[in-house]
Amino acid sequence: MVAEMFPILLLLVVVMAMVAGMFVMTHMLGPRRPGDIKLSPYESGMEPVGEPRTRFSIRFYIIAMLFVLFDIEVVFFYPWAVVYKKLLSQGAFILIEMLVFIGLLFVGYMYAWKRGALEWE
Amino acid sequence: MAEAGYAFIDIAVLLVKIALVLGVNLLLLALMTLAERRVAGFMQDRYGPNRVGPEGLFQPIADGVKFLFKEDVIPSHVEKVLYILAPSLVLAPALLTFAVIPFGGTLSAFGREIQLQIANLNVGLLYIFALASLTVYGLVLGGWASNSKYPLLGGLRSSAQMISYEISMGLSVIGVLMIAGSLRLNDVVAQQNTLLFGVLPNWNVFLQPLGFLIFLIAAFAETNRLPFDLPEAEPELVGGYHTEYSSMKFAMFFMGEYVALITSSALITTLYFGGWDFPYVDESALGVWGVVLSVLAFSVKTGFFLFLYLWVRWTLPRFRFDQLMNLGWKVMLPLALLNVVLTGIVMYWVV
Repeated sequence: MVAEMFPILLLLVVVMAMVAGMFVMTHMLGPRRPGDIKLSPYESGMEPVGEPRTRFSIRFYIIAMLFVLFDIEVVFFYPWAVVYKKLLSQGAFILIEMLVFIGLLFVGYMYAWKRGALEWE
Repeated sequence: MAEAGYAFIDIAVLLVKIALVLGVNLLLLALMTLAERRVAGFMQDRYGPNRVGPEGLFQPIADGVKFLFKEDVIPSHVEKVLYILAPSLVLAPALLTFAVIPFGGTLSAFGREIQLQIANLNVGLLYIFALASLTVYGLVLGGWASNSKYPLLGGLRSSAQMISYEISMGLSVIGVLMIAGSLRLNDVVAQQNTLLFGVLPNWNVFLQPLGFLIFLIAAFAETNRLPFDLPEAEPELVGGYHTEYSSMKFAMFFMGEYVALITSSALITTLYFGGWDFPYVDESALGVWGVVLSVLAFSVKTGFFLFLYLWVRWTLPRFRFDQLMNLGWKVMLPLALLNVVLTGIVMYWVV
């Protein structure tokens, strides 16, 4: 396992060196002429109005929660999918098992839909 | 190669492969920035950049040099650490993803078998998804750390979009996994290296047409390309999450995006179009020429999908945000589930 991951580690080091090199290069090569207006937040040439960290729609939170839920379900699919072909020779149990799982998942999905969690206006 | 430990020559070969993959990726990335504008010009019946070098071929170099020599403005209102971290979080995962994609057959040299792939992981596909979701952090942190209105909105939008489509993407490949029975991308390619009914190449696109469509659409959304480029919708959000960035940091967001484009084209090729398989030819019987042929086949297929990205960009209009979320949650997700069920039932019938 470690030997298998070693190339990734090596690549990671190379990539990190490359990215760091880019930062250093642009930092050293570029000119430096700061100014009040240049360093202020960009708002299409207007004076910045109010705080940038205002409240935003609750929808984003709901979507994030749904994502966490469904993404975990998707992760459950992976080991099943890998052994599916192998275990299929022992009968339809593995198929029915997953159909039940998908059925349960679908009930939850329909509930979220009906409660309006997926609406976006 | 797995247990034997690493001899000097293995590390040398590995370094050459890494240099090759990174080099080709960066070269392609430079060419893509040019191709994007030239193809746009061609499709809109005008010239693209064609002054720097023959047919504008040196334009990306000029752009790169200009980025390097621009002032690196760090506005006074940003969260400095995260602000600097964000662009690297977009670029580094994008460059790392290519590691598990096999870009050619197996080469015999120096008395050993050299796989044209940096790392032959048994969790290859999971590795790709893990890194692909890291990109979201880059965009969100970039938007948040900029401490300004447009970038924050862009960052929020991008996170909502990417997580919505990640689910469909993850579900759509399950069909491929069921057929290949492995997360190792070499196995996925090897399984496609045969003939279907003795006529068609056994590519997953023929076995998984629905899964392929969902994956393709999700890939467009994941790479923030039109028609899904809402995070950086220029007319609404100025530049989205990278509004407050300048010089090389700004360029790194774009480099990350283009590298992600190249990787996802390569991934589509690997998962659905037989990877490096040249149909109707047994590559392993041809020796070195078989390897050359396989790399060529892989490049041509990947190149086609790169062109498809450009083609679609100048053909389709942008979605509205509610349409985008509806498509992701109400159409793609059920269809992806249906694809899993269908694949399961058909495989039960056939196997």
